[in-house]
Formats: sequence, structure tokens, C-alpha cells
Amino acid sequence: MLRFAFQRLISLTLSLIVASVVIFAVVEVIPGDPASYMLGLNVAEDTVAALREELGLNVSPFERYFTWITGMLVGDFGTSYTYRVPVAELIGDRLWISLPLTIYALVLSTLIAFPAGIIAAAKRGGAGDIGVMGFTQLGVAIPNFWFAMLLVIVFAINLRWFSAGGFPGWDEGFWLSVKSLTLPAIALALPQASILARVMRSSLLDTLDEDFIRTARAKGLSRRQALWRHALRNALIPVLTIIGLQFSFLMAGAIIIENVFFLPGLGRLIFQGITQRDLIVVESVVMILIFAVILVTFLVDLAYAWVDPRLRRR
Amino acid sequence: MIKAILTNWSVRIGGLLSLIFVAGALISFVWTPFNVETLTIKEKLQTPNLTYWFGTDHFGRDIFSMVMVGARTSIAVAIVAVGIGILLGVPLGLAAAARRGGLLDELIMRTNDLIFAFPSLVIAILITAVFGPGAVNAIIAIGIFNVPVFARLSRGAALSLWARDFVMAAQVAGKSAARISAEHILPNILNLLIVQGTIQFSLGILAEAGLSYVGLGAQPPIPSWGRMLAESQTMISFAPHIAIFPGMAIALTVLGLNLMGDGLRDVFDPRLRRAR
Repeated sequence: MLRFAFQRLISLTLSLIVASVVIFAVVEVIPGDPASYMLGLNVAEDTVAALREELGLNVSPFERYFTWITGMLVGDFGTSYTYRVPVAELIGDRLWISLPLTIYALVLSTLIAFPAGIIAAAKRGGAGDIGVMGFTQLGVAIPNFWFAMLLVIVFAINLRWFSAGGFPGWDEGFWLSVKSLTLPAIALALPQASILARVMRSSLLDTLDEDFIRTARAKGLSRRQALWRHALRNALIPVLTIIGLQFSFLMAGAIIIENVFFLPGLGRLIFQGITQRDLIVVESVVMILIFAVILVTFLVDLAYAWVDPRLRRR
Repeated sequence: MIKAILTNWSVRIGGLLSLIFVAGALISFVWTPFNVETLTIKEKLQTPNLTYWFGTDHFGRDIFSMVMVGARTSIAVAIVAVGIGILLGVPLGLAAAARRGGLLDELIMRTNDLIFAFPSLVIAILITAVFGPGAVNAIIAIGIFNVPVFARLSRGAALSLWARDFVMAAQVAGKSAARISAEHILPNILNLLIVQGTIQFSLGILAEAGLSYVGLGAQPPIPSWGRMLAESQTMISFAPHIAIFPGMAIALTVLGLNLMGDGLRDVFDPRLRRAR
């Protein structure tokens, strides 16, 4: 197990290094001079020169990359050009919206998908199965930002149960904040819940065909008992992987959903960075998002090997 | 085989839905009910009626016509992005399978794993943000992530074929690995590629819509479904119809393509039918 963890850790580090090189190249090297890019058209030469000096652009890209990377390792992401505050501070504030939103959506997705997948598998070919499969087809086809807008039309504008956007801040009360994250979380969860329900169903159906289920039935368990006592636990392994993968989709999906609901999270920060050409903010947020995704994948791999010892040997 | 495809209900319904939007996109080149670039302010924000089937937007433009023209952008971006994935990914996957276990195989597959590890939407946003928003950069950003999908799929499928007798016979006959891949492996994995192509096509449409929605896809005056949704957002409280139709167009096209993909998979590989 330790060897497996070590191997995965090396691959995690490698992924992070490659990611940082790619991001650095895309943001700072390929477009040419970052200072001119950030200032836009029609600026005086000396303004560009001053910004180059301030950003430390007068050294080779190689040195800049190392300064950026070593800075990040100690939590120094540089200073935002437009906000004039440390980027780490900006990210820290916004993470308290994006992360809870992602986790909220993940919980909702799992809460919807498990019963749906189990019902569909238990009543294979029946009305419940057809209904669940129909809904999941729709769930993956509907773009989540459009679904978000429909939720706003129904629950915020017509029924007035929720606000149409914005975030009060955690200081204003826990439930108020959770309430303002509810519609965004539902919108984010819909496509993921659909995918998860399908995986749950097909994994359960596969397990129900196994010999040990036949044995369980032969010793007198009903189909329902065999499903709950034996099949469900064994069907969970592929489902766990998908849940891990979904974290990455939800995190990325949150970027767009935050824009629908005007939530001041990492997604909003990226787009503000893009429109204000604040490259330091953009590259740091992207790096943080990728780090989060790679870290979660790593943890899922470990959890997986812990649950299923066969995988450690691969 | 063709009969089986045409009698499959998923393929029928999905094909019909997809066909409606492809036809709409093609017809829009020669005819739309109204010109999408003409602003008629006095007709603005009309709800659906007999003249304007889907109503009009805040500039008085006909939403039905805009949905027709928007289909062009979505379909074109998604098709080219899938094309990039197939043209680069399939040869890479076939090469990896032909040199299985070798350095090339290892290199191709590890690079694929790396690309897979990254959240595609985040990278797509990064690319379009730095290189400027627009349809071409959106195509590249979406296309890059299709490459590992097709590379992995073709490698996996090709690997099992390399162990088959007919491929060994071709080897004995002195054919090169490249020729065997092109003449014997490729035709045998075509079914899989078609199914995956349909799925990636639908994902491409969703990705294009997402990028356009945040302003990083096709730029004005080219209409696109995602941007129509973005523009409608501030008006949904008093004119929800502006948001309903472009969203429905995206959802129905994606639904159609997914149903078609599912149906084709059932026809090509009936063993899978039960599990899904």
C-alpha cells in the first residue's frame, strides 16, 4: 500500500509540474510581453517599462518560472495588478464560496443519484427504470447554466423562495449563506447526478449477475435482500471513482455557474482577471483549480486501493 | 446492419432531433424568416406569436432566425473539434497499439493521462482568454481534449485486434505495421469511432455553448446559442422567452446526439444493451 501511495505521489508531483509549465507557457511566454498585454493598446513606453520592472519581467522566462513556482510553494502567489492585494488573499476569500458550493453540489448529486440508480436497477425494465433513464438522458443534455437560469425563473422570480443571485457572506448567518448556494448547487448537481445514477444502475446490474448473488438467492434471500445486503456494497467501487472524477467537473462547472448567480467565488475571480487582463490572478487561480483536481484524484486513488486491495498490485 | 440501425428507436428519435438542427443550420445559409442583423427596436421583446414564432429579443431581432443561424456556429465548432480529435487521436492510438509496450506507446499514453487529469473547461477558458475569444480558439480549446479520448479508444480497441488471426496473417504476408493499421485495424474499429464521435460531438456543443455563454466563444455579430443565453440573462425577469428557446435548442441537439450514440452502440454491440 505504501509503495502504491508513493507511486501515485510521484505521478501527482509530475502532473503538477507539467501543469505549471503549461500554464506558465500559455500565460506568460506564448502571447509575447505580459506587460504590454496587461496594459492594452496605446500606452507610453515608460509605463510598460515600469510595469515590466514591477512584475520582474526583465529576467529570463526560466528564472521567472522558478520565482513563480517557489513563491507558490510558500503560499506567495504574487500581487494582483488590479486589486493591489496579494493574490493568495483574493483566492483565500473566494475559496470559501467555491469549495462549499462544489461540496454542496457533490452531496446533492450523490443524494439524488443513489436512490435513482438503485430503483432503476431493482426494477429493471419497469416504469421506474424507464423514468430514471429518461430523466438522466435529459439531465446530461441540459446545459447546467441554462438549467440555472430556469431555476431562477421558477424559484427566484416566480415563487420568490430564493434570491436570484449574490452571496450574503458567511458572517451573515450559516443558513442564509447555504440558502443562497442552494440553486447554484442544484444546477451544478443535475448533470453529474444523471451520470452517477447511470453508473450506479449499470454497476448494480453487473453485480446482480455475479455468482455470489446467485448463491445468495439460492440460500433463500429475496432479490431485494440480495441487492441490499450483497450487491450494493460491491457495486460501489466504480461509483466511488466517478464521484472522485465529478469533483473536477463540479469545480470547473462552478466557474460558469458562479457567473449565472453572481457569486463572488473563484470563477468570478478568473473572469474578472481575464477582463482586466490581470494575468497574475488568472494563472494563480487556474493553478489552484488544477491542484485541487489533481489532489482529489490522488486521494480517490488511495481510497480506492484501500477499499479494493487488488488494485494496489497494478 | 443498416436495417438494424434504421429500426432502432433511439437512433430514430435521436437522428430526427439532430437532423432538425442540422437542417435548420443548413437552411439558414439561404433563408431565415427574418434577417438576424437587422435591428427593429419597435418590435422588441415580443412574446412568441404567429409572426415571430419564438418572439423577439431586446433589439427586435427574431429569435427563431437567430436559433437557426446559431445552430451553424455550434455545429461547426463541435464538428471541427471532433475532427481534430479523430485526425490526431486515432493515428496516435493506432501507433501506440502497433508499438505496444514500447517507448512510443508509453509516451503517447502518459501524455494522454496528463491531459485527462486537467479539468478541460478550465484549460479551455485559459486558452481562449489568453489567445483572445473567438470561434477558432474555442475549436482548438475543445479539440485538444478530444485527442486523448480518441487515442485511448483506438489504442484499446486496436490492441485486441493485433492478437487476432487475420492481423497475424497480414503480418506473415509482409505488410508493415502502418499498412496493417490502416487496412485491417481501422475498418474494424470504425463502429466504435462513430459512436464515440457522436458523443464527443454532443459534448462539443455543450462546451461551445458554455464558452460562448461566458463570452469566450464566437464573437458578435455571429449568433451563437451560448451568447444568446448570456444576453438574455438580465432580462429573464420580464422576458423569459429569450432564455427558453436557445437553451432548448442546445438541450434538444445534445439529447438527439446522445440518443443516436446510445442507439448506434446498441446496434454495433448488442452485448452492451442490457447494462445501460
